[in-house]
Amino acid sequence: MAEEPLVRWDWIGRNWPNIQGLLVDHVVMALVPVVIGLLIALPLGLAGARWRWLYQPTVGVMNVIYSLPSLAVFIVLIPITGLATRETVMVPLTFYAMAVLIPAVVDGLTSVPDHVRQSAVAMGFTPLRRLLRVELPIAVPVVLAGLRVAAVSSISLVSVGALVGRGGLGYLFIDGWQRQFYTPIVVGIVLTVALAAAADLLLVLAQRLLTPWSRARRTA
Amino acid sequence: MITFNGVTKRYADGTVAVDNLSLEVPTGEITVFVGPSGCGKTTSLRMINRMIDATGGQILLDGVDVKTIDPPTLRRGIGYVIQQAGLFPHRKIVDNVATVPYLLGWDKKKARARAMELLERVGLDLKMADRYPFQLSGGQQQRVGVARALAADPPVLLMDEPFSAVDPIVRASLQEELLRLQSELNKTIVFVTHDIDEAVKLGDRVAVLRVGGKLAQLADPATLLTRPADDFVREFLGRDRGIRRLSFVSGDGLRLRTDLTVPASAEVSSLRGTTEPWLVVVDEDNCPLGWIASKDLPESGTPADVELAPYGTFVKGRDSLRAALDATLLSPSGSAIAVDESGRVVGVAVREALDEELALVAGGVGGVDG
Repeated sequence: MAEEPLVRWDWIGRNWPNIQGLLVDHVVMALVPVVIGLLIALPLGLAGARWRWLYQPTVGVMNVIYSLPSLAVFIVLIPITGLATRETVMVPLTFYAMAVLIPAVVDGLTSVPDHVRQSAVAMGFTPLRRLLRVELPIAVPVVLAGLRVAAVSSISLVSVGALVGRGGLGYLFIDGWQRQFYTPIVVGIVLTVALAAAADLLLVLAQRLLTPWSRARRTA
Repeated sequence: MITFNGVTKRYADGTVAVDNLSLEVPTGEITVFVGPSGCGKTTSLRMINRMIDATGGQILLDGVDVKTIDPPTLRRGIGYVIQQAGLFPHRKIVDNVATVPYLLGWDKKKARARAMELLERVGLDLKMADRYPFQLSGGQQQRVGVARALAADPPVLLMDEPFSAVDPIVRASLQEELLRLQSELNKTIVFVTHDIDEAVKLGDRVAVLRVGGKLAQLADPATLLTRPADDFVREFLGRDRGIRRLSFVSGDGLRLRTDLTVPASAEVSSLRGTTEPWLVVVDEDNCPLGWIASKDLPESGTPADVELAPYGTFVKGRDSLRAALDATLLSPSGSAIAVDESGRVVGVAVREALDEELALVAGGVGGVDG
């Protein structure tokens, strides 16, 4: 018997529609939690930046959640959200995203220099307008940096969901492992890495477009 | 006019930052609040635009209690320049300057046109307009800060240690610039600094505050230097009060001699027999080249053949007596050369003329007007 090649291109060709489906599923399960996580992290981060006593307990709780093994959380959630559903994967990932993004929002807001905030007050900004037009825009680079971490880690964590029947590209690892057939594993790894790289690149581009002023910004 | 009527700021922990402060800031003048840290100068400033609310007394802006005005509305009508400029890093320079016009709802075109006008006015290259603050030097940022404060043409300008974060050379040029702007704009300016030299240089009136927020003295700079109210003010003013006071005395009173200049092309033989020990050598435009001692005159030729001694000048009609005195110390002749704005010699103030003038000034110290 001839040595089995690492990648069987004919398998990829035959299964491409299937792989595409997994890829889409992966993207949805990875990125929806990041978006929802950001939407929740914004108000919580604002509160944390404003009332500093809230911040440490919030981060503490988030860190405990972040330390829970994802697989364990998926299993615990099965009775609530169902076996092999997207929700079972997305709910924990939302919390992981929040654990990264809440500190990012708080750090972003505290990165606004005091003299800038005070001058906004002195110019006659109302508090809401100051937040929307001065503080949040200045927080964007730090929040985007957090978003990059959250997006990449979310993309990599989705695969674990394969163990509870819904893991996007992670299915390819289980499939390949069970059949001792490497092609799906290689495809899964390549696509996951490509996805993570693409998401990261998009966010870097977004940062360049949104914050031309932060390039080569002096730390002074 | 801004009126402080027994203004007090007491914090919840009992600290008193400003204690029963009463003073008037006249319209169209620069009033400087100066004092050591903890004297409540910045607090006093910030109570005017209600960034801090007073706990006692009243602050009136042209007779209206500031507490009756909604803070954002009040602040949009008062220019504010903060230390380190406080520019918005995410906005282009032109939009930074147009901040208050935008807040007031001007249309974008008009606001930007106004911003460009102001950039020019504070001496910035219009190429800067589309840059971001991080691309500018500290001094340039501070100019933008001043332009921004002036954008909506507020009658009142509050300046909170605006020049203390830049190096001394840039600071001096920003101070000159502010005085030039003020001579054109006549704003009512309250300027806070911990630097007494800056206070004396910029202020029409200087309020010296002591720790605990009490007014120690309010006076014009010359009076402050001559007659400090107490030991605290005297100590705060530091050394050389007498010399520094000369900055506020015009040099125009000096008697000038016009018979001491010689053209560089003159034959030395014609100068023999002069009884003057020193002569000013001038070029064909009547600008000074240096001093020549009559005892060192060569046998023949022109003064241009000799090495001339260094000289000091002061500008008549602009410079102070201090500048004139300084000029005398820069030359072995002991005399100061008076020049006009374009540098042409208008006369020479010899030592005797300075002595007379200094005696007059010293005599004035005892006068009733002090």
